[in-house]
Amino acid sequence: MEMQTASTDIAARAIEIIDQLKSAEGPLLPILHGLQEEFGYVPPETLPLVANALNISRAEVHGVFTFYHDYRDHPAGRHVLKICRAEACQSMGGDRLAERASELLGVNWHETSADGAVTLEPVYCLGLCACAPAAMLDGEVIGRLDDEQLQEIATEVRL
Amino acid sequence: MSLVNEIDYGTPASRSERMVTLTVDGMEVTVPEGTSIMRAAMEAGIQVPKLCATDMVDAFGSCRLCLVEIEGRNGTPSSCTTPAMEGLVVRTQTNRLKDIRRGVMELYISDHPLDCLTCAANGDCELQDMAGAVGLRDVRYGYEGENHVFPAAKTDGALNARWLPKDESNPYFTYDPSKCIVCSRCVRACEEVQGTFALTIEGRGFNSRVSPGMHEAFIASECVSCGACVQACPTATLTEKSVIEIGQPEHSKVTTCAYCGVGCSFKAEMRGEELVRMVPFKDGKANRGHSCVKGRFAYGYATHKDRILNPMIREKITDPWREVTWEEAYKHVASEFRRIQYQYGRNSIGGITSSRCTNEETFLVQKLVRQGFGNNNVDTCARVCHSPTGYGLKTTFGTSAGTQDFDSVEHTDVVIVIGANPTDGHPVFGSRLKKRLRQGAKLIVIDPRRIDLVRTPHVEAAYHLPLKPGTNVAVVTSLAHVIVTEGLFDEAFIRERCDWDEFQDWASFVSLPEHSPETVEKLSGVSADLIRGAARLFATSGNGAIYYGLGVTEHSQGSTTVMAIANLAMATGNIGRPGVGVNPLRGQNNVQGSCDMGSFPHELPGYRHISDDATRDIFEKLWGVTLQDEPGLRIPNMLDAAVDGTFRGIYIQGEDILQSDPDTRHVAAGLAAMECVVVHDLFLNETANYAHVFLPGSTFLEKDGTFTNAERRINRVRKVMSPKNGYADWEVTQNLANAMGLGWNYTHPSEIMDEIAATTPSFAGVTYALLEREGSVQWPCNEKAPLGTPVMHIGGFVRGKGKFIRTEYVATDEKTGPRFPLLLTTGRILSQYNVGAQTRRTANVVWHEEDLLEIHPHDAENRGIRDGDWVKLASRSGETTLRAKVTDRVSPGVVYTTFHHPATQANVVTTDFSDWATNCPEYKVTAVQIAPSNGPTEWQVEYEDQAKQSRRISAKLEAAE
Repeated sequence: MEMQTASTDIAARAIEIIDQLKSAEGPLLPILHGLQEEFGYVPPETLPLVANALNISRAEVHGVFTFYHDYRDHPAGRHVLKICRAEACQSMGGDRLAERASELLGVNWHETSADGAVTLEPVYCLGLCACAPAAMLDGEVIGRLDDEQLQEIATEVRL
Repeated sequence: MSLVNEIDYGTPASRSERMVTLTVDGMEVTVPEGTSIMRAAMEAGIQVPKLCATDMVDAFGSCRLCLVEIEGRNGTPSSCTTPAMEGLVVRTQTNRLKDIRRGVMELYISDHPLDCLTCAANGDCELQDMAGAVGLRDVRYGYEGENHVFPAAKTDGALNARWLPKDESNPYFTYDPSKCIVCSRCVRACEEVQGTFALTIEGRGFNSRVSPGMHEAFIASECVSCGACVQACPTATLTEKSVIEIGQPEHSKVTTCAYCGVGCSFKAEMRGEELVRMVPFKDGKANRGHSCVKGRFAYGYATHKDRILNPMIREKITDPWREVTWEEAYKHVASEFRRIQYQYGRNSIGGITSSRCTNEETFLVQKLVRQGFGNNNVDTCARVCHSPTGYGLKTTFGTSAGTQDFDSVEHTDVVIVIGANPTDGHPVFGSRLKKRLRQGAKLIVIDPRRIDLVRTPHVEAAYHLPLKPGTNVAVVTSLAHVIVTEGLFDEAFIRERCDWDEFQDWASFVSLPEHSPETVEKLSGVSADLIRGAARLFATSGNGAIYYGLGVTEHSQGSTTVMAIANLAMATGNIGRPGVGVNPLRGQNNVQGSCDMGSFPHELPGYRHISDDATRDIFEKLWGVTLQDEPGLRIPNMLDAAVDGTFRGIYIQGEDILQSDPDTRHVAAGLAAMECVVVHDLFLNETANYAHVFLPGSTFLEKDGTFTNAERRINRVRKVMSPKNGYADWEVTQNLANAMGLGWNYTHPSEIMDEIAATTPSFAGVTYALLEREGSVQWPCNEKAPLGTPVMHIGGFVRGKGKFIRTEYVATDEKTGPRFPLLLTTGRILSQYNVGAQTRRTANVVWHEEDLLEIHPHDAENRGIRDGDWVKLASRSGETTLRAKVTDRVSPGVVYTTFHHPATQANVVTTDFSDWATNCPEYKVTAVQIAPSNGPTEWQVEYEDQAKQSRRISAKLEAAE
């Protein structure tokens, strides 16, 4: 019963967000962003609502939603650490740092720690090649990432 | 015989009239501007390797196989997306191109199973062909890396998360993701051709996969099973289950679908006498290479075990059937019919022609009645569907048929769809209409129910007028009121093509305040704003076309609405050119043809009245008899006369009047009163429960002939297998005629067509040789129009001046009241066809296993009805039960059901009210009451018992020696 109420709430709130954004030009991406911002992820049950509001098919919404890695289909941890895995960062020791991050946080790629503190994700270029290796914590970019900083991050996210 | 091979030009044809000349591999080729280099090359006979391109969808440029070099340009552009331009010098094969293509193929094949020998597409696989074309000899990457092919790694047995199992949920095709090369042809076919948008590519990069809906099974997605994706797939990823089961076809013939009035052309692809699959024919001018679930897949009824293959006789309808030889059956019918005529008079027998059978077969049945029975007691099922179309359009324009071809919709700017549900009833036309709507044409829907077209992905009606059933005339006349009073009519057109005085009389009539939207709002329930808005849009948006269906004709004022529609088209100048017109969507494959062939009791072939001496003379001379100059009995009159005792015998070819005609009890009583009911059909249908003689029929796959579709197009039907019952229907009718001493000797349907052409001016130019050459023609086809007439009334109406007719709204006598407060209206669903005799005997039942009653949540709640409950549906005529579906597709006060299943017996409920002019029954309006129920009504139980009793076959004929 409680589940039922929760999903009805999600639907009601989702419809509000969709209604706010649907008159924008090319409204699909802004709506998906809006939903993710609201719920921390895009609840799968909201996708048919988006399809209906924009008069497009469920399949189309699904196609767009799954194309972008940044849209989540389940909630992330309280913090999200993204580590760049692209060529410039690899050449500056990114691989080793990535492994280290995985050890320190106790999670693999795309995983969230058991305490819900942090989610670790790969990213392919943050545009910070000049300051490689690069990472991003909760939307803030970090250049010249090193072991020390990683250690600090690992502690900080668990506070 | 061999397969009919159609050239795939890779990209669609350009419509431009400007031509450009380019050189491809040293060959000069001239093509319309906008043609792709790929297509230009193909026109010159040069096949550029390709995978993601096919000419049913727009170019996409993803497979990187069709690259070419162009002199003076850098790089290697894809030939599918690069337009041909004047003077281009293109090379399709150079060392650089060879290397690129081989490299691309290596990548494809490194993630593709190498099971060609056991693959269903073996022999019909474009990936296989391209591997051959580019000279693939080796795959440097191996097959062990990341892949979508193997469920588990060969080395350590670790499960492969990328691998997906086969989706076998659709009854007709499988989806095997392991064979997919992600060319997205299926996705684009679903979007561009079918317009359903049920498929997408999910994920990105190497994770990209075809996904129905939101990663659902095909059957659970929005998929309507039209099969366009299967046709578009270059590999075995999407494959017909029949091909998997049987193997590749070895020969094919082009024929015409036997379902709805769109009349799609198909290639029947065969192996021996076994039908492997139906593939829509690109040159088919009605369907342009598209199909729906019925035409492409639902042909299994042709070999269904229920088919009756031997003639049968019984003394009384309570007796079991006894199988007899054909000779005995013919002799019995002939002697019974002669006995009845001797005893009760010449007019005591009659016949019903079929809209499912060919023109030639229909012609013979009416000839049998007129020449052999010596009366005009012939009618056809068009009586119960489009007879008002015949009457209304003949009166206003001068011809009993639609004015356009289906291609016309490509030039339309604003469409009115009234009383029709194209995406269900005429799906291929529905797809063509949706394509035009996605290009920006405007749509007005006039329908009590929110049909799919009102709002479906990428299509939204500008106006939906949800009128109360039975108020068509008022609403259409009110549209005219707005157009006339606001001065939006096309005066120049009217002055030139119509009678100005008649127009003025009509204009003053429609301008009366009682026709104003504000007044009509009160009786139709449609707000005045909607009527005004719709009228203005239609009158001012360019080419306006009106498409309508049985929601217009099956009313007590059906003929009046047809004339109101014709008035509207004339007043706005929307007649006589592509993109406009009045277009009845005919229900059955050959309902147009059966009407053309003189199936009505008052008309000889070509809609010439039986009282016309000159016309009768033509037939009397040829047939050597004197024809009665008075119209014969219509179906309802035959049944009435039977109950009265003056009509005693009937020959019914391919029609199930018991299930399809209104007021089932009355039909049953009429049939039960007759002494010799002869049913000629594939199955022991419901009518056969009251028959004394059963003659087995043949399917469209088993005979030659022609069907005429809703656009007057005469299409060939070609025999691809021998009749299981031994004889095509025209042969059976001929043998019956000869048993009655008529001495017919047609050896092929083409000879029957020759007789039709010789006697009927609008068919004068039609021969099988012409149809062979042209594929199809639209009547009139004669000296004036040797290749037929795609658009009618160009430059002037057939009757001379277009005739405006006053269309006074008279409410039907079928009214709601305290006992029957709701209005029932009926319709079709995509997967089923008409009374379901065919589609119920195919896997199409997975989509619709029973008829449901749609009811608005408000009305349901008042009656304590929940979704899925059994409910009793009662009218003044009778009652039946079925399950409820609670939905706001219908307005409060309106309920809706389909009539595909005999158990439902929806027509027990419908009344015997009918169109004032043509007796077309008023199926679309019945006052009813709905109440919760526990199960079938007494009538349903009784009927079920009677049907079971009646279908017993006691004496089987020994196998023929």
